[in-house]
Amino acid sequence: MSMKISPEKALAIATLARLEISPEQAASLSAQMDDILGYMDKLNELDTGSVEPMYTPVDQPGFLRPDEVKKELDRADILRNAPESDGEYFIVPRIV
Amino acid sequence: MSRIFSHSLTQVRDLLRAGDISAQDATRSCLERIAATEPRLDALLHVAGEEALNQAAAMDKNGPDADKPLWGVPVIIKDVLATTGMPTTCGSRILENFTPVYDAHCVTRLKEAGAIILAKANMDEFAMGSSTENSAFKVTKNPWDARRVPGGSSGGSAASVAAGQCFASIGTDTGGSIRQPASFCGIVGVKPSYGRVSRRGLVAYGSSLDQAGPMTRTVAAAAEILQVIAGHDPKDSTSVNAPVPNYLEALTRCGSLKGLRLGLPDQYWGEGLSAEVDAACRQAVALAESLGAEVVPVSLPHTEYAIATYYILAMAEASSNLARFDGVRYGRRSGNAHDLATMYTRSRCEGFGEEVMRRIMLGTYVLSAGYYDAYYRKAAQVRRLIRQDFLNALEKCDLICGPACPTTAFAIGENTADPLQMYLTDIFTISLNLSGLPGLSLPVGLGSDTGMPVGLQLFAGNMEEEALLCAARTLEAHLPKLPETPLA
Repeated sequence: MSMKISPEKALAIATLARLEISPEQAASLSAQMDDILGYMDKLNELDTGSVEPMYTPVDQPGFLRPDEVKKELDRADILRNAPESDGEYFIVPRIV
Repeated sequence: MSRIFSHSLTQVRDLLRAGDISAQDATRSCLERIAATEPRLDALLHVAGEEALNQAAAMDKNGPDADKPLWGVPVIIKDVLATTGMPTTCGSRILENFTPVYDAHCVTRLKEAGAIILAKANMDEFAMGSSTENSAFKVTKNPWDARRVPGGSSGGSAASVAAGQCFASIGTDTGGSIRQPASFCGIVGVKPSYGRVSRRGLVAYGSSLDQAGPMTRTVAAAAEILQVIAGHDPKDSTSVNAPVPNYLEALTRCGSLKGLRLGLPDQYWGEGLSAEVDAACRQAVALAESLGAEVVPVSLPHTEYAIATYYILAMAEASSNLARFDGVRYGRRSGNAHDLATMYTRSRCEGFGEEVMRRIMLGTYVLSAGYYDAYYRKAAQVRRLIRQDFLNALEKCDLICGPACPTTAFAIGENTADPLQMYLTDIFTISLNLSGLPGLSLPVGLGSDTGMPVGLQLFAGNMEEEALLCAARTLEAHLPKLPETPLA
């Protein structure tokens, strides 16, 4: 069976997912992912050409609330969970 | 008085309402039970004992409130549901110090109904797992045998209810995470129809699959809890705006199974099923027949594709949902990064466990350019075929019936080396989430080989939880009661 996920490919996927993995992790993840994706190829046994994809079990169209501004949460409460803040904003490492 | 914890939810609620026991009595009894069992079970991540006792004392001052159906009843919440004033970790290091600023909708409903939130229950990290071994903090043990897993991902909830630490717990079910641990621990677990219970405040894993539901020791208790948490929430656009039936009233109307057509899908009763699970479940089906049910053969022909379909869709949704954990607004931030991109990646890698990383990676792959059609779209198409199987089967029967899991609770460590092997244990539970239909797992006895609990599942048509509860209540009334858990 051909490898779908080489260790190099695993590293590339990690970059897309904003994950940082070591070469050792890339090797073991690529083998596991290959195994799992190989199993998933089972779906190709089915001809689904004319089947409409089902992305959600909800039949009714999305229910939308009126777009009203409400103050339900307190800024100080929200910022209490922030790793770094100045009391008004979330602070992150310098971007520009 | 000292064994209040061993009562059913309905019994304790009635004692509380009559003033025979106080809210503090009930709370204290559960806290004592937690203290006695927790060193062996490791079911809980946070116990809010003092707060619970204070709340109970305040409630006792005013006396029982008949308008509150759960007045004074201690409950435990899976740690994936947001609770103000209590940590909500999702079993993950990345949320180790996170305390939500709002309650999950079902937690709000429970509080409004007078329930006392006692603790948060252990779980597989972000609900990704079938054994609770993926928690970043502890491995919960099965109260029937500490060498075995309680199931997952709501394993802490199942173990705590089975051991009498509380009268009910709220679990969540994305691919069986309520029903499978309920089965492994010998309790009742209900996965409501998708949209029946609001997902607001349920930290998302697979948004099109996740549902919160009751985990209890009796069917009547499950009905009590579902009555409280079900219903439309304007803040969840997938929450269904339909009236909630009176489940409790429905339970008073059922006594026999006369005329009930019970569909047994070939695919759930054959190869791969352990002999003891097969025997216990067939015995329960025979009991149903003796109570008037008619057994009809049905087929769910796409069952063999369910695991592949489920994991593609769940991992895709997970990779997208878990993108929010970036170290900016909440959760862990790596102290070891000086630019933004490195801060994202290091915070995530330091915070996420192995299974979560694996699922994010797979989800990212199946959604990436060039693979989207082959995996994600394909799985979404097969999902429709799987749902159609259920709808076809439900034209021939009223309820579908099968084992909750091919085996009883497996040993700790037995399935951890091979992730695919672990996924395959979900075969009987995951199709239901793909379909969106409701299901219930009922303990039907102990396996003859392992002596561990066996769960029988019932599936119903969309929004037909009443039918599930009614049939399960009738069966329960005629089944021998399980003994107390040996670890208790």
